[in-house]
Amino acid sequence: MPEMNIIDEIVENYNNVKTPLIYILKDVQKEFGYLSESILTRVAKKTKIPMRNIYGVATFYSLFTTKEKGKYIIRCCNNAPCHVNGSKEVLDKIKEYLGVDFGETTADKIFTLEFTSCLGICAVAPVMMVNDDVYGNLTPEKAVAILKDYKMKGTSNV
Amino acid sequence: MYRIHILIAMDSHAVAQGARQVKDALIRDLALAGISDEVKIVETGSLGVSNKGVVLVVFPDDVYYVNVTTDDIPDIISEHLLKGRLVERLHFKRPGAEKISEKKAERLDKQVRVVLKNAGIIDPKSIEEYIARDGYEALGRAVTEMTPQQVREEVKKSGLQGRGGAFFPAGMKWDFAAGTDADQKYIICNADEGEPGTFKDRLILEGDPHAIIEGMALAGYAVGATKGYVYIRGEYRMSIEHVQLAIDSARANGLLGQGIFGTGFNFDLEIREGAGAYICGEETALIESIEGRRGEPRDKPPFPPVEGLWGKPTVVNNVETLANIAQIILKGSEWYKGFGTEKSPGTKVFTMVGNINNPGLIEVPMGITLREIIYDIGGGIPDGKGFLLAQMGGTTGGILTEEHLDLPMTVETLRDIGAGLGSGALLVVDDSQCPVDLVKNFVEFFNHESCGKCTLCREGTGRLHELLDRLTSGRGSEKDINLIKVLSSTMMRGAFCGLGQAAPVPILGCLRYFEDIFIQHARDHVCTTNKCEMEAARKGVAA
Repeated sequence: MPEMNIIDEIVENYNNVKTPLIYILKDVQKEFGYLSESILTRVAKKTKIPMRNIYGVATFYSLFTTKEKGKYIIRCCNNAPCHVNGSKEVLDKIKEYLGVDFGETTADKIFTLEFTSCLGICAVAPVMMVNDDVYGNLTPEKAVAILKDYKMKGTSNV
Repeated sequence: MYRIHILIAMDSHAVAQGARQVKDALIRDLALAGISDEVKIVETGSLGVSNKGVVLVVFPDDVYYVNVTTDDIPDIISEHLLKGRLVERLHFKRPGAEKISEKKAERLDKQVRVVLKNAGIIDPKSIEEYIARDGYEALGRAVTEMTPQQVREEVKKSGLQGRGGAFFPAGMKWDFAAGTDADQKYIICNADEGEPGTFKDRLILEGDPHAIIEGMALAGYAVGATKGYVYIRGEYRMSIEHVQLAIDSARANGLLGQGIFGTGFNFDLEIREGAGAYICGEETALIESIEGRRGEPRDKPPFPPVEGLWGKPTVVNNVETLANIAQIILKGSEWYKGFGTEKSPGTKVFTMVGNINNPGLIEVPMGITLREIIYDIGGGIPDGKGFLLAQMGGTTGGILTEEHLDLPMTVETLRDIGAGLGSGALLVVDDSQCPVDLVKNFVEFFNHESCGKCTLCREGTGRLHELLDRLTSGRGSEKDINLIKVLSSTMMRGAFCGLGQAAPVPILGCLRYFEDIFIQHARDHVCTTNKCEMEAARKGVAA
């Protein structure tokens, strides 16, 4: 299967790096969107690292996912600096707009809603990250307007 | 030669507020006005003003413009750049400059930028600009004129304490690693910044990455390490990009690699990215992560300077600690001790967040008071609200109230009241907030970030969350408060690592100063701020 060749290639790219598992999983996830059981099994075979260890790593770090996710991952911060600046109202509004709870993906597979821990841009709290882009000074209305833009982008070039 | 320089902050705060678009508009409109060859645009790190949108500084006039949008660019060009008139509506006067009394001014005048010397002044993507401000001079001097032991002595004499939060003497850590025999040693820069409210490391990495590289190379020379790793949070994309660029250009200029400054000293660096785990800020968990495993802390001893990465002696230093090193070597320990207090020498970078008018990054001498930080530099609390509490040092930090406003902020004074400087994050909370709701928020964080290795932390944070949920929803009783106290003190004594041991600190702190409010929630099911919803009480299903 071509998928397997891609995984093998990624693993080989790191032949000269000591203990590269996290890098391998990042690249593999970038390629396939998520880390399925068959993908992880192949990584285990190719790296000769036991599957139990690989599964342990894949489920430990929040940037890895073993489930398929939406096109845009919304990471909302609700840590104390965001919390005292009104993040709760923003989170409630986002949930209402998307119709899903945290940890869930919308039915059209455009958005996955998650929490993130502090993104280190607390001076513009409350904040959220959509894929690699960060947004600050959010209000419930502003957050929804941003997500509407993404939704338009997401439905137009599926 | 350029007639005018425009600095534009391109840190993460600024980018989140549209700095890239403003820069593009500036380039376009300068060309339209035909003055592209007179004005040089310089991207810098944070300019120290973080919640005022896109920030520009026009030199040589030293004028700050804030909340700049693409629509404002034509005005700035036609008024300021062409006619030399200020655009008043965008003009920003640096905070604190006028209001403070003379005595305080004297004290604030002592602000010397050590760690943030270059941040917001140089283009972080240019090694030439770093070198022009004495960059790599300390490294050159150390490897050609000093022995490794002399470098360690100088750092020890400076009294520099680790800025990751534990304030362990940096020179002593280096001595342990230097004193261990091994064929390979490592230097790790801990850039896994994740403590809520903390973004000092991010702004140093983004604004002055060469300072970290130079600090790491000096550490390598001092302890006999030839290889270093910068472990950066996976979420910090811009930090990773700037540090990688800096490593590449240092290598291209012979400042990393083999035979540095024509001596026999070899040192090279690599970035390792995290993958999203707060616990990896703990140094042994960080090492586990570099080794490709789950980031769970190791049993100590042995400590990393004796047995660390891949079993070899390893020094793990925080970003801010490393940013001090070159300055100490260049200007000497006596100069460094001129800042701060006797037991807490040097400066400290604080991030001010929460309910405060001028949130952002400041560097002040150790020993400044909370009142000076919040009211003089931070501009006070917005919307005329009052001060409820401050939390110093991140989410595991101690709680400070009204009575501590005039306490000098040093390692020892805070330790005496059961708090600490921690990561330097100062969360200011106004009196419209509820301390019980706030504690529940802290506990949600710990519960989410507990790595699960030890029972006390894994289960303890979960049970604490349940108890606080009872209090904030009107299902609680006074027994719950007692349980919170017992569980907290058990965790402090029995959890495996710093996370579980420190998690109860802010909980017990809030309980100590606001016990009456907790009792009100537990017994009367009342939250006067309405932050807690108390639904169960209204429905009459209280326990």
